[in-house]
Amino acid sequence: MASKYETKTDRKYTKEHEWALTEGDEVVVGISAFAVDQLGDVTLVNIDVKPGQTIEEHQAFGTIESVKTLSDLFAPVSGTVTRVNTELENRPELVNEDCWGKGWMIAIKPSDPERLSALLDADAYQKHVESSGQ
Amino acid sequence: MSPPLETTPLHEEHRRLGAKLVPFAGYEMPIQYTGIAAEHQAVRTRAGLFDVSHMGEIEVTGPDAVSLVDRLITNDLGRLADGRALYTVACNERGTILDDLIVYRRSATSVLVVCNASNRAKIAEHFLSRATETAHVRDASNEYALLALQGPRAFDVFESAGGDPAIRTSLPSFHFRDTNVGDIDVIASRTGYTGEDGLELFVAPGSAATLFRKLLTAGEPLGLVPAGLGARDTLRLEARLPLYGNELDETTNPFEAGLGWVVKLDKGDFLGRAALSAVKIAGVTRKLVGFEMTGRGIARHGYPLLDTRGAVVGVCTSGSPSPTLGTNIGLGYLPPALAAIGTEILVDCRGKHVPARVVATPFYRRRS
Repeated sequence: MASKYETKTDRKYTKEHEWALTEGDEVVVGISAFAVDQLGDVTLVNIDVKPGQTIEEHQAFGTIESVKTLSDLFAPVSGTVTRVNTELENRPELVNEDCWGKGWMIAIKPSDPERLSALLDADAYQKHVESSGQ
Repeated sequence: MSPPLETTPLHEEHRRLGAKLVPFAGYEMPIQYTGIAAEHQAVRTRAGLFDVSHMGEIEVTGPDAVSLVDRLITNDLGRLADGRALYTVACNERGTILDDLIVYRRSATSVLVVCNASNRAKIAEHFLSRATETAHVRDASNEYALLALQGPRAFDVFESAGGDPAIRTSLPSFHFRDTNVGDIDVIASRTGYTGEDGLELFVAPGSAATLFRKLLTAGEPLGLVPAGLGARDTLRLEARLPLYGNELDETTNPFEAGLGWVVKLDKGDFLGRAALSAVKIAGVTRKLVGFEMTGRGIARHGYPLLDTRGAVVGVCTSGSPSPTLGTNIGLGYLPPALAAIGTEILVDCRGKHVPARVVATPFYRRRS
């Protein structure tokens, strides 16, 4: 089962299946292939934060809904929201098509970039997914 | 500790097909194989094959079989011809709904009652406790597997797999007949829960996997796909078919659920009749309506429905994106004064008040 869900080694993960990718002084946030598989067809992404707004680690910044279920989206780090992927408003399917790229949700300028090291790396995340019974 | 999940005779088939299996009404059932939206569209445009073997089957036999069942359901079985099926509800003394059922009249002395998996124990007991010397009751659920073959190409698939072409032409809606698919004996019933034409096939558990594979193989060139409970739910919602536990439960009566047409108060006495007569005279205090989200949000089971001033006036019973319409739809209970088509309401989507509008139902009706 280990190879069933793709992970990327260039980024960090939360236990709630968000990924966090450092790009310059920003951390870009999206959800993992495992999360997408669990959701199924994504039909609505609601991002409740705006650029300039501060956000706390583990704060819910929006929701993602599929045909069957709804999940909260959590900030992997504290900081200031710099960008929001407004394209998801009309094209939620981007999350299914490209969860690692075009399906990104927000970017955060972390208040303490060191905190990122507390997140799971790809290996630890992979183990987390396997141990959650999948 | 929850008890171990039961499986249907098709469990290995689901595994082999890579289905996502989830607990449902005590069974481990496929919620999807490839994706809910794709399976939904396959059923609307081609055909889908569902395992619904988790449904309960209660057999009532003997000279008083019909009258026993008739006393426990609201619709009129007495006037039904042999070989016909009847949609109905069973109510308690208070006139609220124990379950919705399809009752199959095989003969004057043999009736098959098909109930929801989630209510199987309750309904089996409900009937068993009223069994007599002349009306025997048996929970025969484990003696039947049940496949639903649904969609505009359902009969092409059925015939391609070796089914009798006469079924398509001579078995009307809500009729059933003993027949076969190749060498497999089935009871074919022209019923379903998707809003499409099609069949439900009762088959012996030992033959279920063979029948399932036979239909999938024959159907593949015709666009048939295996479809899970996820698509079954979005399909039934578009067709405004109620789901027990959502639209129906022991707090709802059939009139408010829009099922007054299955209540035959003049058929003679039956359980719940006095209470239902009173409801009919007094009128209902709420009505099940369909609504469409006009703002960004998806209504879900249990979300409060609000008037435009923000006061809670009702509750959403089912909600989902509609793969056919491309909009977000829902069903819910509202006071009669707010139930008119076109009425603006709000749905409390976890604290966000999202506008919606009452619309005509069914949301989807197939072209016949």
